Amino acid sequence: MSNIVVDKSKVPWWVSNVIVPLVNLTLALLVSGLFVFIAGENPIEAVKLIIYGSFGYIQGFAYTLYYTTNFIFTGLAFAVAFHCRLFNIGGEGQAYIGGLGVFLVAINLSFLPVPIVWLLAIFGAFLFGAAWAYIPAYLQSKRGSHVVITTIMFNFIASSLMIFLLVDVIRDTNQMAPHTVKLPEEIWLPSFEAFSGILGIKIRYSPLNLTFLLAIASLFFVWFLVWKTKWGYEMRAVGHNTQAAIYAGISPHKNIIIAMCISGGLAGLLGVNEILGVSHKIQAGFPAGYGFTGIAVALMGRNHPIGILPAAFLFGILYQGGSEVTFEMPNITRYMFVAVQGLIILFSGALENLFRPQIESFFVRRLNREVNA
Amino acid sequence: MVSPILELTNINKSFGHVQANKNINLKINKGTIHGIIGENGAGKSTLMSIVFGLYQANSGSIKINGKEINLRSPRDSIINGIGMVHQHFMLVENFTVLENIILGFEGETVFGEKLQKAKEDLEKLCQTYNFNIDLDATISDLSVGFRQRVEILKSLYRGAEILILDEPTGVLTPQEVDELFKILRSLKDEGKTIVLITHKLIEIMDLTSEVSVMRQGEMVGHTKTEDTSKEQLAEMMVGRSVLLRVDKKKIKKGEIIFKVNNLSVKDDLDVTRVKDVNLEICSGEILGIAGVTGNGQTELLEALSGIRKVESGSIKLFGEKISDQNNFLNPRMLKEKGLAHVPEDRQRMGLISDFKAHENLIFGYHDQEPYSKSAILNNKEITEYSNKVMQEYDVRPNSPNLITSNFSGGNQQKIILSRELNENPKVLLVGQPTRGVDIGAIEFIHQRLIDMRDKGAAILLASVELDEILSLSDRIIVMFDGKIVGEKENKNVTDRELGLLMAGVA
Repeated sequence: MSNIVVDKSKVPWWVSNVIVPLVNLTLALLVSGLFVFIAGENPIEAVKLIIYGSFGYIQGFAYTLYYTTNFIFTGLAFAVAFHCRLFNIGGEGQAYIGGLGVFLVAINLSFLPVPIVWLLAIFGAFLFGAAWAYIPAYLQSKRGSHVVITTIMFNFIASSLMIFLLVDVIRDTNQMAPHTVKLPEEIWLPSFEAFSGILGIKIRYSPLNLTFLLAIASLFFVWFLVWKTKWGYEMRAVGHNTQAAIYAGISPHKNIIIAMCISGGLAGLLGVNEILGVSHKIQAGFPAGYGFTGIAVALMGRNHPIGILPAAFLFGILYQGGSEVTFEMPNITRYMFVAVQGLIILFSGALENLFRPQIESFFVRRLNREVNA
Repeated sequence: MVSPILELTNINKSFGHVQANKNINLKINKGTIHGIIGENGAGKSTLMSIVFGLYQANSGSIKINGKEINLRSPRDSIINGIGMVHQHFMLVENFTVLENIILGFEGETVFGEKLQKAKEDLEKLCQTYNFNIDLDATISDLSVGFRQRVEILKSLYRGAEILILDEPTGVLTPQEVDELFKILRSLKDEGKTIVLITHKLIEIMDLTSEVSVMRQGEMVGHTKTEDTSKEQLAEMMVGRSVLLRVDKKKIKKGEIIFKVNNLSVKDDLDVTRVKDVNLEICSGEILGIAGVTGNGQTELLEALSGIRKVESGSIKLFGEKISDQNNFLNPRMLKEKGLAHVPEDRQRMGLISDFKAHENLIFGYHDQEPYSKSAILNNKEITEYSNKVMQEYDVRPNSPNLITSNFSGGNQQKIILSRELNENPKVLLVGQPTRGVDIGAIEFIHQRLIDMRDKGAAILLASVELDEILSLSDRIIVMFDGKIVGEKENKNVTDRELGLLMAGVA
């Protein structure tokens, strides 16, 4: 057991919120470098490839931002629930069902004016994601079934349900693969290359699209909701101290449900990016683990939108740069980057407090010395 | 000369800005019962936590039998023969007595021989000191008094020569206190050393042979118990002769505000804690509830404030039924009717310690104008209001953006009081308003309550501090075992009279 006792009130905010995450991240990357080395490749070269792959050329950068979009949604989803002390592990399933919402709205209402279709589809994504989170939330608040357990189960249920729908109900009957027909082209969200085309710059295809702006807007939305409204205030009150919330006349039941629904809704927005923006159809398994990685993004970002943005960006870099590395370095497989992600989660999540006391007491001592000198 | 079994020299300890212990020197002789007395927040518990290795002192030395030792954790202390019984018991509820005692000292992977041996040893210990405990009973089935015995037994089994008891009688009934004192005396006769932390003078006079007095983090005196008196000790504790009656105007009693009929309330474990209680509170009066902790006061306050459902009976506020067994108004609705509530346990209920001070200052009122408008919090208004009330109530430091847990207990209490009193409530429920609050703040808080009364508020005051009840109340009721066992106008009532009622003997 560590004997270092740090007076929390003396720790400057930037030490706990910037220095500590950076140290943890560096450690994760160092260990990852060791793996790369063991695999027989040069870690420095790998880092160069990651940086080139994610920043080096405009298409690569667009891919980075596309991944970032998804991570912002799922990271925010986890963070909102966490402020009410709910561990929503179900982002994956909520995103999956959210995709169904986008698709159903878009395909059935495609006759409406395009911007209205978009708005309704976004609403559909949010609503479906929220509805999928509502059931575990209800079970938690009324029956006490732990949300961690139920949301994990609901990921499996979502997956099975979607496979059933994709195979038997909404499959594109002209072919065997489990995916739907494509949405009509008029209602696709404008892509990045379409924008740059207007500006006269010609670039190759990338999946980046208008949803990126929706993600940025969501960051503001969550910040405003959690810190500037009475709803966020009540959610945080319930999360920190349920007893006190009851004393103040704040209903824990209601707030658990609100927090989970907003969380599920945000995860559902991933469907906007994937379906309205990129593939224009529902494919089996499209959330592809973004829901889970969102947990790491939120933890790294300390559940604050200002932290989630860089954390999502970092994971975007790893995804995009990582695929560049696997392309150039045959010894490094895709799974290696899953391991790198795992290490980041390990160091910034599970081992978050490994070095925190030492780092914090180091800075407190230093700063005190400066004050006394 | 024999060196004392425990010797502390120049112990200093501070938490943030607060210095809890200043240059403490203390010698405790073997085979004595040594009392450490002081008000709430005088630093007694901190000092003993240092001796038990829970905290590390900033400076100073600790010697046991003349040998300097370094205590970095409770384990070190246990090895050195120090045992501690905390105010809040450290027991695993669903384990048996035996399992709790050997916890951490099992000595083998698969229970067998050693467990048997432990059991035999414990039975012997129980016999020596007349503990009368069933080792196979589950903790959750035991009464508080027995749980405390388990804690004592645990320390003894681990080889404690010095036994520290932190406010051991706060949660006990008078009979249980007698039993405890018997056990402590027999421990002393067997040569054990006992350190008794308390703020109750009567226990010191009863039990101890030597006493040390602490005040505001300092050791202000040591004496043999036989050479001193209650009055003298009280003066040392407070630092001046004690004036406990607050000056207040003559009562201007108005109409009945709160009317409680045949009220029964159960706690979370489904035990009936309030039994058939009837009471009335009028505007302009302070009704004091005296009683030992755990005799139903908590549940009564919670039922009156709309936090807890009632089992049977009814509660009327301004003649309107707010609560019976079928439905009850929630705290927010009651707030709108002008009811304010200062809960007994500020950490558990009154505040969110991770929130900033200004967030706690609007807690429960956050959805009212001007603090929020159509669901959006109005930061400017909240900050202005926070600055204003923090100044008015002299909350230190006066920084609305500081996280609440960084304030001292007294200042946290002021945050709650300023919030609850600011709206000029017509009815005020107050539980333990000065628990853990320093003297200056106590006078301030008392004055505020009297002011509210003079303005015509109906006030219900529950406190375990008899002095507080006696100095503030116009009328006093005593609760014992969930029932009201006595009601008196506060004229010439003595604490002795109340004490007997509280003990359930009168």
